[in-house]
Amino acid sequence: MTTREHDASVYEQVQESSEFQELKRRFRRWTFPMTVAFLVWYLLYVVLSGWARGFMGIKLLGDINVGLILGLLQFVSTFWIAYAYSRHAEKKLDPIADKLRNQVEEKAQ
Amino acid sequence: MSSTTLSTILFLAFVAATLGITVWASRQTKTAADYYAGGRSFSGAQNGLAIGGDYMSAASFLGIAGIIALNGYDGFLYSIGFLVAWLVALLLVAELMRNSGKFTMADVLAFRMSPRPVRTAAGASTIVVSIFYLLAQMVGAGALVGLLLGVTSEAGKVWTIVAVGALMIIYVVFGGMKGTTWVQIVKAVLLMSGAALVTLLVLIDFGFNVSGLLGQAAATSGPAGNPDQFLIPGMRYGTEAQGIAGKIDLISLGLALVLGTAGLPHILIRFYTVPTAKDARKSVLWGIGIIGIFYLLTLVLGFGAAAIVGREEITAQDPGGNTAAPLLALRVGEEIFGTVGGTILLAFIGAVAFATILAVVAGLTLASSSSFAHDLYAHVFRRGQASERQEVVVARISALVIGAVAIGLSILAQDQNVAFLVALAFAVAASGNLPAILYSLFWKRFNTAGAVSAIYGGLVSALLLVIFSPVVSGTERALLPDVDFAWFPLSNPGIISIPVGFLCGYLGTVLSKEYNAAKFAEIEVRSLTGVGAEKAAKD
Repeated sequence: MTTREHDASVYEQVQESSEFQELKRRFRRWTFPMTVAFLVWYLLYVVLSGWARGFMGIKLLGDINVGLILGLLQFVSTFWIAYAYSRHAEKKLDPIADKLRNQVEEKAQ
Repeated sequence: MSSTTLSTILFLAFVAATLGITVWASRQTKTAADYYAGGRSFSGAQNGLAIGGDYMSAASFLGIAGIIALNGYDGFLYSIGFLVAWLVALLLVAELMRNSGKFTMADVLAFRMSPRPVRTAAGASTIVVSIFYLLAQMVGAGALVGLLLGVTSEAGKVWTIVAVGALMIIYVVFGGMKGTTWVQIVKAVLLMSGAALVTLLVLIDFGFNVSGLLGQAAATSGPAGNPDQFLIPGMRYGTEAQGIAGKIDLISLGLALVLGTAGLPHILIRFYTVPTAKDARKSVLWGIGIIGIFYLLTLVLGFGAAAIVGREEITAQDPGGNTAAPLLALRVGEEIFGTVGGTILLAFIGAVAFATILAVVAGLTLASSSSFAHDLYAHVFRRGQASERQEVVVARISALVIGAVAIGLSILAQDQNVAFLVALAFAVAASGNLPAILYSLFWKRFNTAGAVSAIYGGLVSALLLVIFSPVVSGTERALLPDVDFAWFPLSNPGIISIPVGFLCGYLGTVLSKEYNAAKFAEIEVRSLTGVGAEKAAKD
């Protein structure tokens, strides 16, 4: 039961199952666009730091300027995305992943 | 009692405690999973603290506070890349690596490839990245201890490097991953409490008026004619004087920072120390929280030092600004608790800085020796025929040898400006390791030729571009100031070498017909579901 050929065929069966395809779709549809989004947002911030220094220096509240606020927003967005991902994973990914794992491990016994 | 004596006592207490941990950990370390992965028995929160301990180097604690104190906003800009980078690790790498690998980065890369060429490439890249990073930390340690303890003699610096290296070797050889992880946890707690305490005192000093703090910082340490310059980007990275090349260099640095973290071998092996992918996720969440708060604290520390200590006094002690945070601790401690309070706080921050260096260098030594033993010795030289026992023995010996080599190289390089090695390590990780990891996890068609091309393509292009950049020759601050063979205008190679790494991985793949559908099915199912992921070691 534990030869490599047998394992591989189990994995191919799981890979083709609609449940696994759904898990993969839910994972990729959340993480891929979000990765593009935070990279673009970060690069925008770096580009502004290089080419829009006048804008970054506009004072909003005493000596607190746009640059400081944008930098702090990078912290806020990082914390938020991390939190949102953990919620997404717990609700949408873990249940399917747990179910598939239990199925395969039962079959292997 | 002077602060250096007190600092030494506190530091010795840290050393005694961590050696105690090492003795305990060495008794618990029996199997290869114990040595390489701490028995996979750490909780998400513990590993999250250890991630912070591994990542927050003296360069980021004293270095970033110093850059902010002298150059204002740019230090903050620098720290943001280090934080955002963790999202790449969280969303794309941590859980999938935990599910599909065992001990090293190469485990994941070699999974569906021909193992020997891929492990050779990944092992080489791991050792190169870790040793660069290690050298930067150890050379920095020599200089730092000189500043903090007032040891200025050459012999004193050499002995400091030897002592740091010897402790690092002891932690790794005897304590393995379990001992090293606990050293990092203790260090993270100390560093966070030290930074939080000084930050609180600075804020109390300014009545929690952040705008007032910024204004005072700019007025005291900003450029004389135009203090507001201090609060916007451009005093250090991509200055107007450097023109367009400087600004492109800034983007190049940003790219390497944000994409490099998820390809750093000593960070990747942390994901193996927890029992499941869910715990790997939790550890990165903890890590992001701790690292994010830490950089917010350094923001206050840096501007606090600029406002309270001032540029003149900081540069008088160290032109690089590395002692800005310790000087700030002394000054706010004195203001709020009197002279004795200032001395105690300075001593505490000094001891924290040593602890920081030790924990980071131990993590790097562990990553490189693990890769040498598991990838190069067990799988390349012995073609997978080595027993677990032999592998662990080789891992311990290679930790000793790598540690000794690092001590030797650091002594030779102690008067060189090697700070660029940190940025170079990130660039190599982003250009070679990250493309190989992402393609392995997500691209069906990826194969041996692709993995090998991505790693060598990224590694070699990053190295070559740095060799021909202004950090190695042609300028006064270069490694070799007397010669000039620099033709590449940027100091950070990332903007070229990262696309080269991804492109090499793509071309290598499509030009080779090899492709293993069954193994891709296996890694895809395993990485997303955790089937067959090695569980926590029972004993």
